[in-house]
Amino acid sequence: MLSRVAERMYWFGRYLERVENTARLVNVNANLLLDLPKSVKHIWDSLIHITGSGELFFEKHGKAEERNVIRFILADTSNPGSITYSVRMCRENVRTTREIMPSESWEQINELHLFVKQHANNAQNREGRHEFLDEIINYCHQINGFLSSNMSHDETFNFIQVGMNLERADMTSRIVDVGCMDLLGHKETIPDAFDNILWMNVLRSLSAYQMYKQHIHDRVNSNDVVSFLIQDEYFPRTVAFALSELNRCISILPRNDHALRQITRMQRIIGELEVEKIIASEKLHETLDDLQIELGKIHELVMHTWFDYLTDSETTQEAQAQS
Amino acid sequence: MTLKNYNSSHFYDELLTPDGKARPGSGRLISYLKKTTNDNLQKRKHAAELAIKTMGITFTVYSEGENIDREWPYDIIPRVISLREWEKVEAGLKQRLTALNHFINDLYNEQKILKDKIIPRDLLKSSKNYREQCRGIKPVYGVWAHICGTDLVRDSDGTIYVLEDNLRVPSGVSYMIENRKVTKRVFPELFEDYNILPMGDYPSQLFDTLSSISPRPMDYPEVAVLTPGIYNSAYFEHSFLAQQMGAELVEGSDLVVGDDECVYMKTIGGLSRVDVIYRRIDDLFIDPEVFNKDSLLGVPGLIRAWKKGNVALANAPGAGVADDKVVYTYVPDMIRYYLDEDAILPNVPSFSCDNEKERKHVLANLENLVVKPANESGGYGMLIGPKSSKRERAEFARLIKARPRNYIGQPVISISTVPTLTENSIEPRHVDLRPFILHGDRMYVTAGGLTRVALVKGSLVVNSSQGGGSKDTWIVAPNRD
Repeated sequence: MLSRVAERMYWFGRYLERVENTARLVNVNANLLLDLPKSVKHIWDSLIHITGSGELFFEKHGKAEERNVIRFILADTSNPGSITYSVRMCRENVRTTREIMPSESWEQINELHLFVKQHANNAQNREGRHEFLDEIINYCHQINGFLSSNMSHDETFNFIQVGMNLERADMTSRIVDVGCMDLLGHKETIPDAFDNILWMNVLRSLSAYQMYKQHIHDRVNSNDVVSFLIQDEYFPRTVAFALSELNRCISILPRNDHALRQITRMQRIIGELEVEKIIASEKLHETLDDLQIELGKIHELVMHTWFDYLTDSETTQEAQAQS
Repeated sequence: MTLKNYNSSHFYDELLTPDGKARPGSGRLISYLKKTTNDNLQKRKHAAELAIKTMGITFTVYSEGENIDREWPYDIIPRVISLREWEKVEAGLKQRLTALNHFINDLYNEQKILKDKIIPRDLLKSSKNYREQCRGIKPVYGVWAHICGTDLVRDSDGTIYVLEDNLRVPSGVSYMIENRKVTKRVFPELFEDYNILPMGDYPSQLFDTLSSISPRPMDYPEVAVLTPGIYNSAYFEHSFLAQQMGAELVEGSDLVVGDDECVYMKTIGGLSRVDVIYRRIDDLFIDPEVFNKDSLLGVPGLIRAWKKGNVALANAPGAGVADDKVVYTYVPDMIRYYLDEDAILPNVPSFSCDNEKERKHVLANLENLVVKPANESGGYGMLIGPKSSKRERAEFARLIKARPRNYIGQPVISISTVPTLTENSIEPRHVDLRPFILHGDRMYVTAGGLTRVALVKGSLVVNSSQGGGSKDTWIVAPNRD
């Protein structure tokens, strides 16, 4: 398989996942706003921080408000985290490798692209926004489902999955991070009564509420939510689950030893996390930062091993420099 | 559907004689058309359009700064040629490409044909597609042009002429194959009655031809199709051929020339050696070390690897020297010179503006001639005398006088017609034919070729980029039963 094609598949997977995650995130947070006391304003800041685009945003806008944040996240084509931009990148990566994927998937991606192009501007108003975002999520599910049941689960497919799962692990760790900063950092402005709602919101941002309730019967609380989203091995949007998917996909690729070693290392780190202690000692943010750095290393190794064309010895050096 | 009002006037019609009888091979098709209704044909036309859409047969048009993928325009009524006539055409095409390859090989080596003054030396100096960098190279079998698309037209007296040879990166073969698939879906019953020669094996013939020139002798050498990328108008075909041959579709950036002067593909498993490259990039963009320095499409060092004999390139760089309208005028002489035979397929009589006497004739008769630039393809930059304005003729007279070497003049060929379905009738439309010829250790000619049709009434321009469409082409053998 050509490295160029593999790289495009990887980015296709990442961007498709980003589209879905972003759509859900905006949806859930917009709903949350209706529940919170009017004094709570920082929710729009949080959205910007979760998508990791604070610098870009505040360069353009002084203050995060509903209108400019929604516009920035849905329709701003200069924001690589925006839905419009991500959908376009999805399409562009597939467009240049069309012969590799089942032709119907190209049509679906094209439809999604047209849909977003037509409606992204209208969706900036509250009415209609929910429907718009739901439709996007549906498209993503349709594309994912189509690929996994109509495409050979070969190297090509695996690169899509690698991109998807890395993006997913990254997003989950960000949501937990920001969610916790909100909750633990704004104790003074948010009455305790809203704790429960906020934690539920964190779970809902990841479609995890129902599954959480089925597995953890206790009332929603910080320790359990964080532990569930990071360490649970059964729910597909947790960091642990994404890592075991990455492990599985990468284990059938050639020359995978460096990447595989990094993944296993991270799986061990996650398995050994003592969430309760970390939260008690207020080190959650640091811990999540570390996890993101580890995820970044996996991304780097994927790039260097399969796309960038460093020689084997260079990859070894790279891996040594990182660990 | 009545064909009573069908009238191709003084043009030769491929299916019907002037008195309305079916030509050899066309009998069953004509009686089918007569028996059926317009409704039925329109339904099938619609089915064909749908098939083309779902099969994703497209071509790319660049217009207004944007690339548009258009569905391939296709007419459901096939063009028929009897096997008997085709056998002669096939022999003529093989003869022609054999001579052309002798010529190219001679030109880059001994240059006997120049020394013997069959072709003037000046011609070479002014050829846009001659590559001095290729002097002294001897590709295997002496073959430079492995894939050739030759355009044929039929004049009103029924003679088939060669209009031009495309020896650089001829395209259209994928459409030829797809047209057949669509026609099979549209008229399955006709295929039961007819002995139509199949054409679907072209990709495997192409693969065999390419394998036969591999520098490493093996059963399955690594063959790659080198494309300029998705923005190229023929990208559909590049991807189609790669898929059908089971070859890798690569862009320039996927390839690298190693210190050992071999060519490698960058794959996820590491560098992997490539033996044969079917390049669909023009010479000048193929290697920035040698040709166009700014080319991002090519592979630095590719020509070095080729000269060393570590990789085969099809077509070989420099093969385009014979793909020149002025060189074309000498092909019958080449056939005599190299093969000691007379040309089986005649050239369209041509006047080379390079020659003073012929130039005078062209300038005096612009109104009645077609004037073509020597090095363009796709029907661009042509003057069609009888349809031109005074101003256009004056412009061309100026162009010819400024650069006589760049132009040839030809009489207007009254190119033949084929019945074509319009909204509510069947009318004659003009066609040409592009068969594809392969040359490696053996030669192969497609059974038929791509019939291009000018869908606009009265138009003679068949290029898809300028409103042309296409038809399936049937080579029909007599029924044995």
